[in-house]
Amino acid sequence: MTTTEPSYLENQSHRKGLASWIFSTDHKRIGVLYLISILIFFSVGVLIGVVMRLKMLWPGTHLYSAAAYNAFFTVHGVIQIFLFIIPGIPAAFGNFILPLQIGAKDVAFPRLNLLSWWVYVIGALLALTALFSGNGPPDTGWSFYVPYSLRTNTNVTLAVFAAFILGFSSILTGLNFITTIHRMRCPGMSWFRMPLFTWSLYATAWIQILATPILAVTLIMVMAERILNLGLFDPGRGGDPLLYQHLFWIYSHPAVYIMILPAMGVVSDVIPAFCRKNIYGYKAIAFSSLAIAFVGYLVWAHHMFTSGMSNTARMVFSLLTFLVAIPSGVKVFNWIATMYKASIKIEPPMLFAMTFLFLFAIGGLTGLLNGALATDINVHETYYVVGHFHYTMFGGTGMGFFAALLYWFPKMTGKMYNKRTIVVAWAHIFVGFNLLYFTMMIMGWLGMPRRYYSYPPQYHTYHVVATVGSWILATGVFMFLGAFLVALKKGTKVAANPWDATTLEWKTASPPPTENFQTIPTVTGGPYEFKDGHPA
Amino acid sequence: MSTPTHEYHPDSTGSKIGMWLFLFTELLLFGGMFLLYAVYRVKNPADFHYASLNLDTKTGAINTAILLTSSLTMVLSIGMLERRHRKASLWFLIITIGFGVWFLVNKYLEWSHKIHHGIYPGSEELTGRTAGENLFYSLYFLMTGLHGIHVVAGMVVLGVMVWMIGKPHHRVLPVTTLPVDAQAHAVSVTVEYSEDAKLDQQKLIRLENAGLYWHLVDVIWIFLFPLFYLIS
Repeated sequence: MTTTEPSYLENQSHRKGLASWIFSTDHKRIGVLYLISILIFFSVGVLIGVVMRLKMLWPGTHLYSAAAYNAFFTVHGVIQIFLFIIPGIPAAFGNFILPLQIGAKDVAFPRLNLLSWWVYVIGALLALTALFSGNGPPDTGWSFYVPYSLRTNTNVTLAVFAAFILGFSSILTGLNFITTIHRMRCPGMSWFRMPLFTWSLYATAWIQILATPILAVTLIMVMAERILNLGLFDPGRGGDPLLYQHLFWIYSHPAVYIMILPAMGVVSDVIPAFCRKNIYGYKAIAFSSLAIAFVGYLVWAHHMFTSGMSNTARMVFSLLTFLVAIPSGVKVFNWIATMYKASIKIEPPMLFAMTFLFLFAIGGLTGLLNGALATDINVHETYYVVGHFHYTMFGGTGMGFFAALLYWFPKMTGKMYNKRTIVVAWAHIFVGFNLLYFTMMIMGWLGMPRRYYSYPPQYHTYHVVATVGSWILATGVFMFLGAFLVALKKGTKVAANPWDATTLEWKTASPPPTENFQTIPTVTGGPYEFKDGHPA
Repeated sequence: MSTPTHEYHPDSTGSKIGMWLFLFTELLLFGGMFLLYAVYRVKNPADFHYASLNLDTKTGAINTAILLTSSLTMVLSIGMLERRHRKASLWFLIITIGFGVWFLVNKYLEWSHKIHHGIYPGSEELTGRTAGENLFYSLYFLMTGLHGIHVVAGMVVLGVMVWMIGKPHHRVLPVTTLPVDAQAHAVSVTVEYSEDAKLDQQKLIRLENAGLYWHLVDVIWIFLFPLFYLIS
């Protein structure tokens, strides 16, 4: 392949320097903007997590106040959920990779795409403002449950408004991706020739569009309640706080599939590339994404088993919750079937994809205990839930995000990171992760409630182990991120397709030219076809 | 699907898909509030009935007629632009905005009438009444208020369309004003800008999408009107 055209990294617009990035409508530049912003917020969220764990080294009052602790777990949740995991893979890698994977020059609405990044930044700045202004940072937990969120004097209104704005950004990205996938596929790119990452983005985009407005209106109501005193959730005036929980989880449960589906898509692309063979059960994986998107919409009330719903409602939602495990299981078994008897090359992206499988399996299986009514009563609002949640979200989505970064970094920059550093970082992450979150599950099982500032002495050992785990994990994470900063400066140059992978994004230069492809490609086969261990 | 330039090219179907997806999200936004309305109505049927009798059905009916007519003028504006009657299209657009203003004035009078009588969320007057009535009026102000914001947003969108359709679009750039490196390609640039048909089509797509949004505002009102004023 000749590389006569300059890459997207070389400025071709009339704007200079930073302006050529923050006003660019090129999906690749927007993807990079998202990636940088998301990683910054992720790092902040990790540090806040470490500070939270630090307090838990000893029971009793020390280091900082209980009010500060409440603010820390709220802010940690808001940042990691609304600023990192939800936009994470779709906005950063989806933006960059999706048009390349379907042979398009850009997304359907490039200017809307730029707008969605700006909206994200404005939302993030508002969230930060909420921390440092008014009567102190919000202390409600990321779920803003009424009635407390209506009564507290902390800066809830602004934080809620920030989340509302961020939801807008998510919706714009979603509708952009759906339109792109429907309208911009290159000749020959039929629906069943699309890479599974694209499929997962498609399913995710639908949830973004169908669920996020419910969050928006719920947050509008919290703001309206606080400012106009409507009394819609006030039992004293006929309102019902349970309805808030319903509305909140109607969005926020599907939102966990917004978070996990793209990571599953990444893994579905990485596994065949390093197993040197076609994915097992392509259509099953593609359809299971849609099935998860659909069933995931109907399980929200399993967050409310102890809130006082009728038994009928609880049993229906428990059943539906178990159903959603089926499409997830379909995916896991298909990935393992792909790896079966393959000549696996354990490169860094594959290492993290396998870590995803391992940790997500633990996260998924421990989730079944939350879905079952009897056990959920015991573990609800304990550290067990915190542990389970981090296994799925950090062990699942987080590792998927890391795998995506490792897999596509050479595509984005044309450079390769130091693989040895990555493996060392991985070892820290893996050990620290399990020390931290598995210990949490054990102490939750023993009865340690979550969000408590102090604890009885019998949990002390567990808290110490978990806190030490958090240090190892954070070391690993920053070593991992540092490897990419070093690679930007000193990374070795790579060829267009360093992984010898099959999907369309590898058929153009690394980094790709502004127009993505010198000539619009024509696709003649499936996304993962190998012949004699090389792309067919 | 594969046109040779990076600059966007009119994809009528694509823009429509995008717009419809956005409209879905708007419907779901109101859906959350309709859900609350449904639950609270089932819980307090008598109070809702009583409160609804106190709303002025006549004003509500007039506002419904206003919005329905404005949807007609909106469609006429699109039809006129399709037939290249730019002026007529503009006039129908301005009339549509006028209907929007009329609607909001009525709404303003209705609200201030209620507030004048001490009926607003958390007011002393309402505190003395039943829980159901309180919920009814809270939902009334919240939902019609949010709808009102959408009417304003729709009018802004239509205003932008007036400006877009109103400005002369036949713009041939003089070659000397172009950046030096573009002068070499000046011929093609001039050709791009004088492609009347392409620009017209782009404006038409935008006007159609603006129209879709306006119809959405109308449709939501068509649900709000019976729920608050009629059903009892």
